[in-house]
Amino acid sequence: MLRILHNTNIDFIRLSRMTSIIIAVFLLPALLWIAADGVRLGGDKTFDYSIEFTGGTLVELRFAQAPDIGEVRSVVADAGYEGAEVQTFGSPTDIVIRAQGSESVAEQARGAESVAENIENALTAKFGAGSFTEVRTEAIGPRVGAELRRNAIIALLISFAVSLIYLAWRFDWRLGLASVLANVHDIVAVFAFIKYTSLELSLFVVGAVLTVIGYSLNDKVVVFDRVRELLRTAHKAPLRETLNRAINETLPRTVLTGTTVLACLLALILLGGEVLRPFALVLFFGIVVGTFSSIYVAGPLLLFIEKRWPRTATASVSRQGGEKKRPAVSRDAVTSR
Amino acid sequence: MSNLKYRLALIGVLIIASVFALLPRDVEERRRRPDGTFFDTTVTRVPLKYGLDLQGGMHLTLELDDSKRPITDKAQAIQQALTVVRNRMDGFGVSEPVIQQAGADRIIVELPGVDDRERAIDLVQDQAYLEFKIVDESQALERVLPRLDQVARQIGGTVPAQTQQAPSQPSARRGLEGLLTSGDTAGDTTAVASADSAATRDTAASATGGPFSSLLQQGGMPGEYYVAVANETRVTNLLANPTFRQALPPGKEMLFGNDTTRIANELYRAVYVVDSRPIITGDYIKSATPQQDPLEGTLVQFELNNEGGRRFRMETGRNIQREMAIILDGRVMGRPPTIQSAIGTRGQITMGGRDLQAAQDLALVLRAGALPTPLRVAEVRTIGPSLGQDAIRRGIEAGLLGIAMVILIMVVYYRFSGVLAVGGLAFYGLTTLAFLAAFDATLTLPGIAGFILSIGMAVDANFLQFERIREELDRGKTPRLAIDEGFRISWSAIIDTHVTTALTAAVLYQYGTGPVKGFAVTLIAGVASSLVSSVFVVRTLFQVWLARTRGNQALSI
Repeated sequence: MLRILHNTNIDFIRLSRMTSIIIAVFLLPALLWIAADGVRLGGDKTFDYSIEFTGGTLVELRFAQAPDIGEVRSVVADAGYEGAEVQTFGSPTDIVIRAQGSESVAEQARGAESVAENIENALTAKFGAGSFTEVRTEAIGPRVGAELRRNAIIALLISFAVSLIYLAWRFDWRLGLASVLANVHDIVAVFAFIKYTSLELSLFVVGAVLTVIGYSLNDKVVVFDRVRELLRTAHKAPLRETLNRAINETLPRTVLTGTTVLACLLALILLGGEVLRPFALVLFFGIVVGTFSSIYVAGPLLLFIEKRWPRTATASVSRQGGEKKRPAVSRDAVTSR
Repeated sequence: MSNLKYRLALIGVLIIASVFALLPRDVEERRRRPDGTFFDTTVTRVPLKYGLDLQGGMHLTLELDDSKRPITDKAQAIQQALTVVRNRMDGFGVSEPVIQQAGADRIIVELPGVDDRERAIDLVQDQAYLEFKIVDESQALERVLPRLDQVARQIGGTVPAQTQQAPSQPSARRGLEGLLTSGDTAGDTTAVASADSAATRDTAASATGGPFSSLLQQGGMPGEYYVAVANETRVTNLLANPTFRQALPPGKEMLFGNDTTRIANELYRAVYVVDSRPIITGDYIKSATPQQDPLEGTLVQFELNNEGGRRFRMETGRNIQREMAIILDGRVMGRPPTIQSAIGTRGQITMGGRDLQAAQDLALVLRAGALPTPLRVAEVRTIGPSLGQDAIRRGIEAGLLGIAMVILIMVVYYRFSGVLAVGGLAFYGLTTLAFLAAFDATLTLPGIAGFILSIGMAVDANFLQFERIREELDRGKTPRLAIDEGFRISWSAIIDTHVTTALTAAVLYQYGTGPVKGFAVTLIAGVASSLVSSVFVVRTLFQVWLARTRGNQALSI
């Protein structure tokens, strides 16, 4: 029988003092950076927002022969879009042009399609007809952009709220709160990652962040499910020990699931193509962080919450809801084996 | 063991249903010929609907345009707009257009396979409000010109240098006059018209120097004027000004024509003074067909319904020998023809130099009805067909690699039980795809990503179960008991993890747009399938193993 991390007995709660320093070292500079950018450049510039959020036009063109980027850039600038970003996309023949400046957004308010048309006409004049094909275009008006941004924030908040309610119903509000707070940690860490790597914040990436929320909650649910079970069967042990035991016992599953999901994401990062890569990267990091926080963050948080608002001696962890009556499974201590 | 038989039978039924749902079948598809017309054809393919990002096409978000005038009843306006856009798209010939309301004042239009951005936008955006109005012949405009100049001066401040030059170029005006008389060879009417214009020019000339009158040049018939294209914006702005509009002759309005004329190397656009009241509108149109006429070029012939015909006959009968402007979306189409006799139900709109496709599109929008409220394009996305093929190929490659790695992990780590888990995974993949096909869900690029991701997540339940079974075996239980306990105890964690994933996926579906929605749909389909496959299918496979070995063999896990 091949086993990893079998019968471990690591004091994760004690280790969490050390890991919280690592967390602080990772998060604080990013938060300061985001805050500084917010003050210096305005709230719209804290991240590299995609045109879905800022409004603007994106044109992806595939040239028959790799063009000189500088030349493309000057043609686009001469067409009146000086602030436009010109980059290769995956291969030297694929060029992405993003016009996100306020002038081009204003131009779009009158007719969203014109910017892409103008850029393509200018490039045709320079490089000749048929020298490139249009792979995709996106043109988004300012109102839609603002709304999408609002919707993304609402979606994040609602998924937190919905999860908190479900967990409070299934477990106990303390466990629910601890998982959601650990989750908030994950999301902040993911945004810090996005900031460090300067990944473009697009709808795709927001989708990835929401998926991280779901995955990370799963992980916490599994650990706390074990906490609930241990509390029911072994009341007398101090919570700290129970937590450690629950984390240790679920450790193989936590690591195995993390590994299979990361394997799939690795496949996406390697083979999935340029469009999906930011999405897969954010998910990859989010899953690493989610797994990490299931082990090091959620438990200590629960301990803290239990200290602040201790249970009355008789209150059971699974107060209500959804639990079938089942005979308490007699369990030996893992360490006895 | 009848319980086991029922379980196997149920799994068999689910597999057969899934395979059936995914079998290639005949699908009606509308294809486009090179000349732009459409034909229906039957193709055999797997009934999975590809999203725009996989098959290429165009995504449009339209919103009610309230910049020109406020919209009183948004709900009603958006409903009417939806109907009209839907009618137009039916005639446009896209295989499966999606037209739906989004929010309070938006319409989403998805046109698979469409690559002609400009044409599609025109088609959904054109208001197509058709009106017929009588052209003024009483020189009403000339009488109020001084007043209009005064108003224009108040609004616009100084007279721009560019326009000051215009009247001081008599040669240009002479050229204009000469061209008009010689160019129009239509016969008697034109002769009369040019005589008229000679008379009115004096009046216009007397007002020379005014900021408005200096922009106008007398046209070829009463009520027709020319504006240099360079000055068009200025006149448009004046005409949009409410104070200026009030100063226009009562019951009249000024409208631009759709064609330009080149006179003495400068482009001019005609502007007409017409009655504000239309004699008839496009509401009465019964049918409209595009035509190609050797003399008149492309045109659209239309037929009015009975009531419209009655009104049209009455009104035209009253206005014989007058000019009638045909106005589409506030623009006069072509030169207003003279009414020779009362016209009944049939008429035509000449398209000037436009091509046959323009006529086809006009006929289509006339048949489909007018948009009561103008629409503004809020968002356009086009995806070329190459991108989608690329994405599908990459998705399949990444998927295969992901599946291979997951199978490897499962089989190496859990041996025989891992093989059972892979069986569950196969069931999971099949039913997830079948679920998408059966519910007519759309497969998008993020959807493929979601599917690949969910393969990694689907085995999570197996990890929970198998680790539990191992623990129970460690405790010295028999395989049969360990399996039962393992599945029973892991159930609460499995249901909680699935519900939390489904909840976040639901939020994603609710607040995501377009492709992200596709991701949420595959995630939800994956959650449902994963629950069935891990809790029911894999457990049944274990039961089959137990029945075979009679429970007295060591479990390879």
